[in-house]
Amino acid sequence: MKTITLTIDEKTVEATEGEMLLWVALDNDIYIPNLCALKARPLPDANCRLCWVDIEGRSAPVTACNEPVYNGMVVKTGTERVVRLQQTALELILSTHPVDCGRCGKNKRCELQKIARHLRTKLKQKRLRDISKRLPIDSSHSLFSYDPNKCVLCGRCIWVCKEEQKVGTLHFAYRGFAMVVTAFGGAPLGEADCTMCGRCVEVCPVGSLIFKNAEK
Amino acid sequence: MNRGTKTAVLQNFAAIKGRALEAWQRSREGEDPCILIGTATCGLAAGALEVFKAFEEAAAAKNVRVHVIPVGCMGHCYAEPLVVIRKPDFVPVLYGKVTPTMAGTLVKQCLVENNFVPELVLAALEENEFLPSIADFPRFARESRLILRNAGMINPEEIMDYIACGGYDGFVRAMQMAPEEVIDVVRRSGLRGLGGAGYPTGKKWEICRNGSAALKYVICNADEGDPGSFSDRALIESNPHLLLEGILIAAYAVGAQSGYFYVRNEYPLAVKRMRTAIRQAREIGLLGGEILGSDVCFDLTVFEGSGAFVCGEETALIRSIEGERGMPRHRPPYPATVGLKGAPTLIDNVKTMAHVPGIVTGGADEFASIGTGSSKGTAVFAVAGKINNAGLVEVAMGTPLKEVVFEICGGIPRGKSKAKAFKAIQIGGPSGGCIPEQFLDTPIDFDSLQEPGAMMGSGGMVVLDEDDCMVEVARYFLDFTQKESCGKCTFCRVGTRQLLTILEDITKGVGRSEDIDLLVELSEDIKGGALCGLGKTAPNPVLTTIKYFRHEYEAHIARKCCPAMMCRDLIAYYIVPEKCERSCDVCVGSCPTEAIYTAKHRIKAIDQEKCVKCAACMEVCPPEYDAIVKFSPADTVPPAPPRIEEKE
Ligand SMILES: Cc1cc2nc3c(=O)[nH]c(=O)nc-3n(C[C@H](O)[C@H](O)[C@H](O)COP(=O)(O)O)c2cc1C
Ligand code: FES
Repeated sequence: MKTITLTIDEKTVEATEGEMLLWVALDNDIYIPNLCALKARPLPDANCRLCWVDIEGRSAPVTACNEPVYNGMVVKTGTERVVRLQQTALELILSTHPVDCGRCGKNKRCELQKIARHLRTKLKQKRLRDISKRLPIDSSHSLFSYDPNKCVLCGRCIWVCKEEQKVGTLHFAYRGFAMVVTAFGGAPLGEADCTMCGRCVEVCPVGSLIFKNAEK
Repeated sequence: MNRGTKTAVLQNFAAIKGRALEAWQRSREGEDPCILIGTATCGLAAGALEVFKAFEEAAAAKNVRVHVIPVGCMGHCYAEPLVVIRKPDFVPVLYGKVTPTMAGTLVKQCLVENNFVPELVLAALEENEFLPSIADFPRFARESRLILRNAGMINPEEIMDYIACGGYDGFVRAMQMAPEEVIDVVRRSGLRGLGGAGYPTGKKWEICRNGSAALKYVICNADEGDPGSFSDRALIESNPHLLLEGILIAAYAVGAQSGYFYVRNEYPLAVKRMRTAIRQAREIGLLGGEILGSDVCFDLTVFEGSGAFVCGEETALIRSIEGERGMPRHRPPYPATVGLKGAPTLIDNVKTMAHVPGIVTGGADEFASIGTGSSKGTAVFAVAGKINNAGLVEVAMGTPLKEVVFEICGGIPRGKSKAKAFKAIQIGGPSGGCIPEQFLDTPIDFDSLQEPGAMMGSGGMVVLDEDDCMVEVARYFLDFTQKESCGKCTFCRVGTRQLLTILEDITKGVGRSEDIDLLVELSEDIKGGALCGLGKTAPNPVLTTIKYFRHEYEAHIARKCCPAMMCRDLIAYYIVPEKCERSCDVCVGSCPTEAIYTAKHRIKAIDQEKCVKCAACMEVCPPEYDAIVKFSPADTVPPAPPRIEEKE
């Protein structure tokens, strides 16, 4: 594997050619907002649309999680248009996400809080309509509970369950705005086949899947 | 392929073609007359099956020997069921809107008594001394029919009909060439993908050909998910072998051994006709192993999708064939490099494939001589909406929009008592935009349509008139896209839902003053931020309607007024007392909520509390009175005359 150098925000960093830009940046302490990326995942899903960057020579911002790095690449993580897309993506997610951090078990460890802090913006956004879904919370599982309203549909839990653990209990169901993470046939998670590995909860970037002992 | 094999291919095909020509002569040019009946979905919906039966029965009853042959769609959906009657001693004559009763009349008058019943004739198909011919009508004369040429003329369920009309000549000719030469012909023809994106077809074929994998696939994209578009369906139903031939040539050129025909299962007739076509082609050795005695093999499978718009997107389509959720993925890699099951996969639209046989037989230059600098050949549109002659239209690229709307399709239908004004053309479906009157001179081609903010899309064209509210049009399309979004990415899943919510508020009169700017900002971000083409283009209907009809948005928000009088929450119906005929009661009977009552002097009036604004009364009020009008904002409606007790 060839080692190359690239520039991110004026900082010169070394990386292995072909590695995804998001990981190169994060490994070098340059934060790029992200929710859906998982390093182990060979084909990035690129669904959260938060990890925008500007790359010299490209006409529009691109997502860093699926951009392989190359020698001489010049990256800017904080241009105006990058921040605008990130801000809107965050607002869109927050327009469906109940912001009640004080009572959330993920408070202070939540990726959304981290992203908002990075973008120097509030979690309570006003520009868009509040379109939260108000679905029932599933606390049927002995180990963790699942609040579909807080879910950002990043798909990390589904991927670890299916591809890493080879269990495949979790899936997406329905499309568009109605899409949810669920077990087969919409069964309560407590009744679904589950090996209790807890990996889905570990990778959840927000407080949607949360261990019962961490709940408030 | 060596010289000997090539000769064998030619000989084998010549034998088949000989049989086809004989059969054609018998059925179309023989002693007995023949009757062609349009039996694509448009014809069937208008009653073509009954007409078909009526012709057969009438002919049997009168003891007339005749070939009654089902054919596809001629494109004149407004005049279905369409029937062509050809007698040995005269030119073929076209009849429109034929009923079973007319079928009896036509058999008797036309076949027995030798009278053409001129009052029922639409046009003769060829010039003659007695009847006007189709060349006299702009609908026929201004069209350039390349891929629709045989639609409505041949029996789509009979491979020999297709072969007799020159079918599979292109494939046989391609087999005489090296695959690279075939790609070169397609490249030089300038053909661009007609599925929406307009990517140069030859270039895509070349990329796929150069893929190093031994296994490759060809997929024909017949998902056709945009509301308002039906050109692919009509083509499959009318001439499935044309597509099959195009696919065969593509497969030969890129080196694929198997392929899929991806069609939605809501198109049952298309599915059936394609399956029949595949079976027939296999039976005579045009599909399967050792095609026409060569070492070329290719087989095609029909894959029925469940009718999701997003599954027309090529990467989602591939996932769907693989048995997964139809969700698009990031490109590159493009399917031509990494496609179905990881193999290089060529995906082309139905209309793109349909052009290929003609390009191979006619040559690249002939095709390239039609159209404009960067858009060659023809475009096929399914024209619908407020238009006199709805249906399928095939025109040379570069034809101005105006010509399609006002000449070829006969313009905007009159209202009850007055002419209606053109407002806009919605082109390209949910990914497209609304083009207002000042752009009617825009030539139809890939690049020109983008200037006003629309796009070629995959062949839908909806004509809108003064009664169509542009905010409602945008809301309609956003309702569609947000439902059809796969849900994967934030901008599309939540962004289109936000757009819809805001548009709904505006059409209900509860929009906010900052909403127009918000719609524009959010639309721009969705275009830039979404993962696939669905999300990237979904805001186009919003952006173009705001750009050209901002005043309509403003009226809804600032004055709760719908200028087109369409948004129910913002309008009220009113019976003009001076115009009401009084003794006529039709409006009363038509009202589903009993909102219409009789006031003094037997004048009818509407109780606004009960009215659900269904427009039924307005539709039934006889045009000579035309007494019902709409008001917007709703509270500007004049007070209705008081109720009186009705006498027993
Ligand atoms: C949301 C969406 C829907 C699409 N639907 C269709 C479709 O119904 N038919 C089609 O041929 N292409 C459709 N496409 C375009 C395909 O992704 C692809 O570009 C096309 O099939 C390529 O064929 P062509 O080069 O012949 O145009 C769609 C694209 C998107 C983003
Ligand atoms: S991390 Fe790149 S799109 Fe989610």
